[in-house]
Amino acid sequence: MISRLARWLDDRLGAASLTRLTINKIFPDHWSFMLGEIALFSFMILVGTGIFLAMFFNAGETKTVYEGSYQALKGVEMSAAYRSTLNISFDVPAGLLIRQIHHWAALVFIGAIALHLMRVFFTGAFRRPREINWIIGVTLLLLGIFNGFTGYSVPDDMLSGTGLRIAYSVMLSVPFIGDWLAFIFFGGNVPSQVTISRLYGMHVVVPFLILGLLVLHMMVLVRQKHTNCPGPGRSDEWVVGSRLWPTYAAKSLGLFFFVFAALAALAGLVQINPVWLYGPFNAAAVSSGSQPDWYIIWLEGALRLFPSLDFHIAGHLVPGIFLPGVLMPGIFFGILYLWPFLEARVTGDRSVHHVLQPPYMNPVRTALGLGVLTFFLILSVAGSQDVVAVAIGGSLVSVRTALRVLVLAGPVVAAGLAYFACRLIKSHRGIVA
Amino acid sequence: MNQGAREKRGRAGPAALALAAAAFLAGLAGAAAFFYFYWTDGENASQGVSLALAFAGMGAGLVIWAHRLMPDEEVKSRRGPLPSSDAEKKEFRESFISREHKIGRRKLLGLLAGGVLGLLALDSISLLRSMGKSPLPVLYQTAWEKGARLVTFDGRPVTTAMQRGDILTVFPEGQTDSITSQTLLLRMDEKLLRLPPGRESWTPKGFIAFSKICTHAGCPVAQYEKSVNILLCPCHQSAFDILRGAVPVGGPASRPLPQLPLYEDQQGFLRAQGDFSSHPGPGFWSYKS
Repeated sequence: MISRLARWLDDRLGAASLTRLTINKIFPDHWSFMLGEIALFSFMILVGTGIFLAMFFNAGETKTVYEGSYQALKGVEMSAAYRSTLNISFDVPAGLLIRQIHHWAALVFIGAIALHLMRVFFTGAFRRPREINWIIGVTLLLLGIFNGFTGYSVPDDMLSGTGLRIAYSVMLSVPFIGDWLAFIFFGGNVPSQVTISRLYGMHVVVPFLILGLLVLHMMVLVRQKHTNCPGPGRSDEWVVGSRLWPTYAAKSLGLFFFVFAALAALAGLVQINPVWLYGPFNAAAVSSGSQPDWYIIWLEGALRLFPSLDFHIAGHLVPGIFLPGVLMPGIFFGILYLWPFLEARVTGDRSVHHVLQPPYMNPVRTALGLGVLTFFLILSVAGSQDVVAVAIGGSLVSVRTALRVLVLAGPVVAAGLAYFACRLIKSHRGIVA
Repeated sequence: MNQGAREKRGRAGPAALALAAAAFLAGLAGAAAFFYFYWTDGENASQGVSLALAFAGMGAGLVIWAHRLMPDEEVKSRRGPLPSSDAEKKEFRESFISREHKIGRRKLLGLLAGGVLGLLALDSISLLRSMGKSPLPVLYQTAWEKGARLVTFDGRPVTTAMQRGDILTVFPEGQTDSITSQTLLLRMDEKLLRLPPGRESWTPKGFIAFSKICTHAGCPVAQYEKSVNILLCPCHQSAFDILRGAVPVGGPASRPLPQLPLYEDQQGFLRAQGDFSSHPGPGFWSYKS
């Protein structure tokens, strides 16, 4: 039966040779190579659960009175977007489960991309010839964050509405074009009549971009072959690992099911984004302790820590929020995009590399990376500075001052420690610097 | 291909088979349980856990199968060069560049075609016009005007009966949907006020009103710290000193909350003398203070 189908396909496509190449593709056996796979699997789960949710979600702004089965909001006026999210959560069978899997999968998707990026950075996997896949990867991270944010915003609840308002203010702050940009993007003062439907449109379309780039990412990977961890007998001449069929395919499929199992368990046991507790969006209200999802909380922290610094260019106002909200992330992602080229320029190393570096072999890069990570970590803590202040019983002002000092000093200390640790390991292993 | 076989036949005994089978059985049980909990509209937790068991059983079964029962050979293969060979490059040059030279002579046609494409690109950019109206008048608009009566979100007019220490969100009458007009109304001890000059007549009987939209990132400034007469934004913790005209005294905000001049009419209702003292909300390029 299968062999007849295979012959039928081969007669029409000549698929045998291509399939043989695919099942013979060599995958290195190291756990850190699974991070990218986890991102891929989370994306597949996001698409599947997203299609289910799209059957019920309504991105409308029209206000109606809620008559569904959630008693606490009965008779409350709300937008169609919020009402349909309540409907998914309370009246569609397994709707809450699918919604929570979708949200958890988004958090895991971006988390896996970020860890994968760190793996690639700290082991030097981005070096020639893999600069193209580095650029595609950073773009995927940005698109993931963007799509996470649009998805988080569309239920039109109190919490995400607050996030939208902040995003709008950040966009508004861009010199020259900010006011036009914000109006064009959001369709007027937030929340306008079209904001939610626009965000929802983007939330559905951007995954196609992500899919296209993912395919490209993997085509380049197949063409260039995997990198290898360093070890005895490893050289840039050979690629070493297991062939896809059958063992690696079975392990990989196993990993897919483990990812799905973890997401299903989280969705069943750990409540996420309970929009029914936040209530429908109300422009004149806000809840304290408002925090966004983890992948954007560093930006929120930057907005909280950065001091008040409005300035003027040729008589025009540039709000202080522009610096931490636009310029800082712009510089960070700009450098991230260019990193393979910057590093090649500084070190003068433009040769082809297929064998990875252990992080200690490149103390400067490792120190820099850990410094930047520390910076983002402290910003993320600052994203909940009010919650931190309440939790430790300190005053808000002293917590903020401490975090301001930490965000500047922490990265320097972390980078210094990392640098000397790397040097120490190197000399301990008898490697001459 | 150079194959360094490291088969694990030693571990592929009946125990491995039993282990993999047990995992798949757990998966079967999970899948059946999910079916039951789904059709009986069970708890979200039972649905999630049974589904997780189904997937985890499947995953564990596959991984045990792969690790213990499938061949595990390390394979080595030559990477081969990434760049094309010189012969391939030459063939490409011949088939592409040589023909390109022939079309290169029609400079005029190329120029015209490029012009069409360029104009079309401009056309497509100008489609941005459909995205929304010009921000400039709208960004400055609030619904406050001379004589507008202060009402709460449900339209009830505000009288001077409000006590010290209370806080109220108010709108201009008939405009409770106007986001940019949302205003905080407080009542302070007149003797404590140290407002900027020119605002002496804006606070009848100690009633004082400020835009509720934070000048930092547009959140509603919803927290009132009575003991220190401070308004605090819950989003980024900007603090504003009410007594000095809501000037920022901490946090990332740098502009004061615009003040709404008030007066009391003959019936004892509060009304606005006009619009805010400056434009409310976050700053932007064409902002005029």
